[in-house]
Amino acid sequence: MNVRDIHNILKAKIYCGEEFLDREVHTACGSDMMSDVLAYVKDQSVLLTGLVNSQVIRTAEMMDMVCIVFVRGKQPDAQMIALAEERSIVMMSTEFRMFTACGLLYENGLKGGCNV
Amino acid sequence: MAEPVKLRYTVPPDDFTRAGEASSAVKKTLKKLGIHPDVVRRVAIAMYEGEINMVIHAQGGEITVEIHPDRVEMVLADRGPGIKDINLAMQAGYSTAPEEVRNLGFGAGMGLPNMKKYTDEMRLESTPGVGTTVSMTVRNPA
Repeated sequence: MNVRDIHNILKAKIYCGEEFLDREVHTACGSDMMSDVLAYVKDQSVLLTGLVNSQVIRTAEMMDMVCIVFVRGKQPDAQMIALAEERSIVMMSTEFRMFTACGLLYENGLKGGCNV
Repeated sequence: MAEPVKLRYTVPPDDFTRAGEASSAVKKTLKKLGIHPDVVRRVAIAMYEGEINMVIHAQGGEITVEIHPDRVEMVLADRGPGIKDINLAMQAGYSTAPEEVRNLGFGAGMGLPNMKKYTDEMRLESTPGVGTTVSMTVRNPA
């Protein structure tokens, strides 16, 4: 799957990074706790979250993630868009809630990248 | 790169929006120097956790980073309230962060354990009422 597929599947609105829609992605994680993203995530390239602040972008940056999806229709502000743009991170928002957004992507082949 | 590259940053107090700027700058520098991507990521995450801690718990602080051919050393020093019980603070899930910090997506009690997890060496020195210094080393795989 690539970032464009995520955009289509989640009927999402893109805020920045349109030029990177062809990037391949294989795994994602969904969390509102950035502490947990930093603790448990390994090599996931997409972050789904209901948290909206600049530390979401910093967290994605530190973890080398390429795409941030805000769920429940949440919208980033201009400062966040500028920050994501500078870091070449695709940022979008979907009206779907967290569970449904993750489920739709999983159903279409995006994995969590971890096993229990 | 015989001489280590030395970087120094001041983390401003009470500015959650800007927290992470120093870690971001270090990450960029390490990438530019061609350091192993795994090392870059481990340094970035550990330092970012420390930087967030400085903003949440102390009134900012000073970060120095030394980039050696075989390792990256970080020292994060603040003059915050200090840590009373270091063993307790190191436990995953233990947090003294206030509710508003949790609402910002942090304060899950994973910061210090994470810093230990992502680095090869971590030393935490703290005196209540004086401040806290965290020293961390990430080694470059040969």
